[in-house]
Amino acid sequence: MITFILNNKTIKTSEHSGTTLLDFVRYQQRLTGTKIGCREGDCGACTVLVGTLLNNTINYQSITSCISPLGNAHGKHIVTVEGTNLKDKLTTAQEAMKANYATQCGFCTPGFVVALTGFALSNSENNYNNALDAISGNICRCTGYKAIEKAAHQVVEKLENKTETSFDWLIENEFIPEYFKSIPQRLKDIEIADLNQPKGKYVSGGTDLYVQQADHLADNDVHLIAEKDYLKGITIENGVCTIGTNATVSDLWNHSDVNSFFPKLKKHLKLVSSEQIRNMASFGGNLVNASPIGDMTIFFLALNSDITILDQDQNERKKALKDFYLDYKKYDLKDGELLKAISFNLPSNYSFFNFEKVCKRTHLDIASVNSAIHISVENDIIIEAHVSIGGVAAIPKYLHETSTFLAGKTLFSETILEANEMLQKEISSISDVRGTSDYKRLLARQLFFAHFTELFPKKFTLNDFVQHA
Amino acid sequence: MHKNKSNSDLDSKLDAVSVALKQSIKNLDSHTHVRGESLYVDDVNIRQGTFHAVVFDSPKAHGKIKSIDYSKARSLEGVERIFTYKDIPGENEIGGIIADEPLFAEDEVHFWGMPIALIVAESKFIARKARSLIDIEIEDLPVITTAKEAKAKGSFINAPRSFSLGNTEKAFADCDYVFEGETFSNGQEHLYIEAQGAYAEPMENGNIKITSSTQGPTAVQATTARVLDIAMHKIEVDVTRLGGGFGGKEDQATPWAVMAALATYHLNQSVKLILNRHDDLRMTGKRHPYESTYKIGLSKDLKILAYQTEFLQNSGAAADLSPAIAERTLFHATNSYYIPNVTTKVLSCKTNLPPNTAFRGFGGPQGMFVIESAIAKAAHEIGVSAKQIQEANLLDENDTFSYGQIATKVEAKNTWESAKKLFNCEALEQEVIYFNKNNKAIKKGLAFMPITFGISFTNTPMNHARALVHIYLDGSVGISTAAVEMGQGVNTKMMQIAADVFSIPIDKIKIETTNTTRVANTSPSAASSTADLNGKATIMACNSLVERLKIVASEILNASENNLELKNEFVYVKGKKSELTWTELISNAMLRRVALTENAHYATPEIHFDKTKEKGHPFAYHVYGTAIITTTVDCTRGTYEFDSVKIIHDYGKSMSEGIDLGQVEGALIQGIGWMTMEEIAYNKDGRLLSNALSTYKVPDLFSVPKIVEVIPVETKGNDMAILKSKAVGEPPLMYGIGAYFALQNAIKAFNPNYDLKFHAPMTPEKVLMSLYE
Repeated sequence: MITFILNNKTIKTSEHSGTTLLDFVRYQQRLTGTKIGCREGDCGACTVLVGTLLNNTINYQSITSCISPLGNAHGKHIVTVEGTNLKDKLTTAQEAMKANYATQCGFCTPGFVVALTGFALSNSENNYNNALDAISGNICRCTGYKAIEKAAHQVVEKLENKTETSFDWLIENEFIPEYFKSIPQRLKDIEIADLNQPKGKYVSGGTDLYVQQADHLADNDVHLIAEKDYLKGITIENGVCTIGTNATVSDLWNHSDVNSFFPKLKKHLKLVSSEQIRNMASFGGNLVNASPIGDMTIFFLALNSDITILDQDQNERKKALKDFYLDYKKYDLKDGELLKAISFNLPSNYSFFNFEKVCKRTHLDIASVNSAIHISVENDIIIEAHVSIGGVAAIPKYLHETSTFLAGKTLFSETILEANEMLQKEISSISDVRGTSDYKRLLARQLFFAHFTELFPKKFTLNDFVQHA
Repeated sequence: MHKNKSNSDLDSKLDAVSVALKQSIKNLDSHTHVRGESLYVDDVNIRQGTFHAVVFDSPKAHGKIKSIDYSKARSLEGVERIFTYKDIPGENEIGGIIADEPLFAEDEVHFWGMPIALIVAESKFIARKARSLIDIEIEDLPVITTAKEAKAKGSFINAPRSFSLGNTEKAFADCDYVFEGETFSNGQEHLYIEAQGAYAEPMENGNIKITSSTQGPTAVQATTARVLDIAMHKIEVDVTRLGGGFGGKEDQATPWAVMAALATYHLNQSVKLILNRHDDLRMTGKRHPYESTYKIGLSKDLKILAYQTEFLQNSGAAADLSPAIAERTLFHATNSYYIPNVTTKVLSCKTNLPPNTAFRGFGGPQGMFVIESAIAKAAHEIGVSAKQIQEANLLDENDTFSYGQIATKVEAKNTWESAKKLFNCEALEQEVIYFNKNNKAIKKGLAFMPITFGISFTNTPMNHARALVHIYLDGSVGISTAAVEMGQGVNTKMMQIAADVFSIPIDKIKIETTNTTRVANTSPSAASSTADLNGKATIMACNSLVERLKIVASEILNASENNLELKNEFVYVKGKKSELTWTELISNAMLRRVALTENAHYATPEIHFDKTKEKGHPFAYHVYGTAIITTTVDCTRGTYEFDSVKIIHDYGKSMSEGIDLGQVEGALIQGIGWMTMEEIAYNKDGRLLSNALSTYKVPDLFSVPKIVEVIPVETKGNDMAILKSKAVGEPPLMYGIGAYFALQNAIKAFNPNYDLKFHAPMTPEKVLMSLYE
């Protein structure tokens, strides 16, 4: 039985665990405030909150319920817009949306309300930018967002006086209803046996699989692994960072030590997806999706990462990520094998990391081309370089020759121009909905140059690489 | 850095706007919207035994159907029945303007996504599964995807239309400058977040009730009756609200409602048909792509003396609303400019795309993009700024439009001059020049975008509406109109009107669903004129009731009707409050057997248009405005942001500032989306490539301009507008066109070799390619 608390009600259901949470909420429970916009996690109309109890504290995150398997709700508190409603009045987030004309047709509105409520419940620092991040996965076609920005502002203002981390302040200030206080204890009281896990497709966050094959997953056995502890966690030891494949992008985002090694990490991850998706998407899923344009794959390739693979008997083997991909959507993973972890050397004092991504829309979009570089430089000599690029080959591409070429060279613009020639030979772009082949080639060059203007702004400007500028 | 230095005039205007916003009425639906309690079609409680339907559609853009094997799908457990054109008792025909569109394909398919059959099953999941079991064999026929190709092959929807003023040929000979060129503007997906859908229920005596997400309940009713070969009165269409429409549910909500009704007709059971996003994107039409050519002639002092264009409209596989949209392109071909010699021509080209349809602006934006391109081209060649040409040709009082209407109460120059002054445009321009001088890898661009948009359905007979107002025993009021609420706030405006006329609090007023049994034979909620038409009807109905109530009051109070006034729920006599309350007045009226229901009909006066001469006075009035758009382009990556959009907009006298500002901002962002990131892509086989939200991108929170300032221009308003509050739904979309030219100016600042192109949208791809061409 899948057991969880939905708003203020305990649910025990023998419904198929591969059903989407959205369908369950809307059509089984008739909570129709959660809307269907795209069923791909791209619009946020179906946003709900997931509360996870960990050591007596409960942590709420927003997710898109359309691409979340019902089984992942097991043991959690799921909050829909109805679950945020107060009896006779609007909550602070709801009032902010209303007062600022942030709702027109109203169809996307519950998603925004839930995401803003999630922000109020979260541990994020209370500021305007974080509030915007919280609603970055919500599309509104009516308002043009300016009114919604004002609503977010009002929520941040109201939260300024928040004094404590407990629910009391939020309840008193009408952000959430009273019953939230009882949730941690009630979650503890539910006896949560492990779900019976039949053999079937491995599913972690589901953010990719449910976009591709929701009907199949709803109709067949799934093997949910999001709660497997041995696949979780981010650790740092002797300059090596190891990330469990079940870790989510948000786990990395929130990891203060990792952030100290990658000062622009949040900026980079913000390009990867919306907050809702970051809360669900696992790194393992990103790697085995094997998209030639997978953002995190490109990220880890430039870090020259290794991956640890686990077979059914728990035997481990290691493989360099750059050797993992064989051809379009083909990789070195046998039936029954699971990715366990990704590990890489953290940047040192002399090494620099950068990630670039360009798409039609800067945020919550799939790249036309993305690229990452990890380069160590001492006294203007490139000691070591790893460059990766996506969208211009059948696989997420580690640029072997370009990387090798750079090593040992002086950090001159001539070196970079010459390396670009090499890069252009290594890639093979095709025309598709994300751009023409010529565009992707040009963009590959520009992003390669951008690595150097970003990392060495005192040394290089765009002028050093191209005409006109 | 874009804040104007100590511009106290602007600051005080902005303050006035924010004060107005605080006081202005909130959308009456917002309470249930924010609580998730508003009901849309898919939220309606369904009856026991309801079936769910999925549409089986063509996997080819053009071809002959050789065979279809439904046997595996039919035998799937849970599948109730599969309907095709053979099951249609009436006409297999849904075209609104021209009868050229089958509901279900018969022997041929004409676009990829064309409905062929309706699968009805116990669940949507089963229906979808059944769909995957259908085998179809299609013999390919040649596919046309572009308007140019269609023109070359002589494939048209109808005869071309042409407007002319003066003598263009002669005028070109007198011009000091003449430039020619071509432009392209792509389609645009509506992306209403609520996809298309309908729910049909059997009633007694073969009647059917349809709950539909449509802008045009009467279109749904009339078409269903035609397809089922039953009388219109047997079909009741009810609309609570739409989760967005934008024109996409004006005509194209109809087929899904008809299909659900067809299944209900046969099965005598409720049937729900809600498209999923992929089906909606693939099967429905979008804004029309246009391929156009222009020729523009100017004098030395930058007066546009002659302008000639040919618009090739990519209409898709059937007429839908294309002829009307083509017409509006001609109406707005000269935007805000007076040009004495104009020849415009539009050809609606029949292609193998889904029939393209209404989308906010209705062909107007496509026309305006061409004249703005022509001006940009001329400015570039002459070596002046586009702004100089725009400014030299702005429309003035008593100027003649190419369709013969004389411009009156013109605000084109007023909004332009106000924008220049209030936003300190000289400083803005200097700032851009200075910035570009000092930055190599980042460039700024600025553009002005004036708009002039005509209000009314250009098809004069459609300009009417009705309101049905009930006052109940207890003094509460229920109002039905033809207006469909889709986020534009029309219901709130109707409520304001009634509250104003009756002088009672808004919580005493309820706006009913839009229902064909209460208000019949309606025009769709479209053309920005829903509030005008239905509002005028509502005022008329309320006024009639007030007249009647005053007679009752005069009897009770023994006072002359002329001295009576309804105010704050009391009757006032000669300005003095009496004891008689609204509620008592209503009870008394009932006792005296006075009718407390009124139905009023409004038809816009003065308007007319003669299609044989292409001359007339088609618009009740025009809406004007000027926007200044500033962008910053990252010349390394080809990406861009919009720093600000500053607008002087002609609201007339806005009756709901918050709602109207929401329309301006929303339309603006949609217009910018059309010009920048929203890129429809079909391959040469006619398959939609931008077929999901992962490949079709609309503006998100981070991509909108950092600053949007909208200041109302002060005018006396226009009596043809509801309470002098002008229509606001569509016009501001066209401010977004300025985004294209702002980007182009930034590109020019980086790349002196850039050869001007007018090919929208200006995606990051086009920007980067232009920076380095």
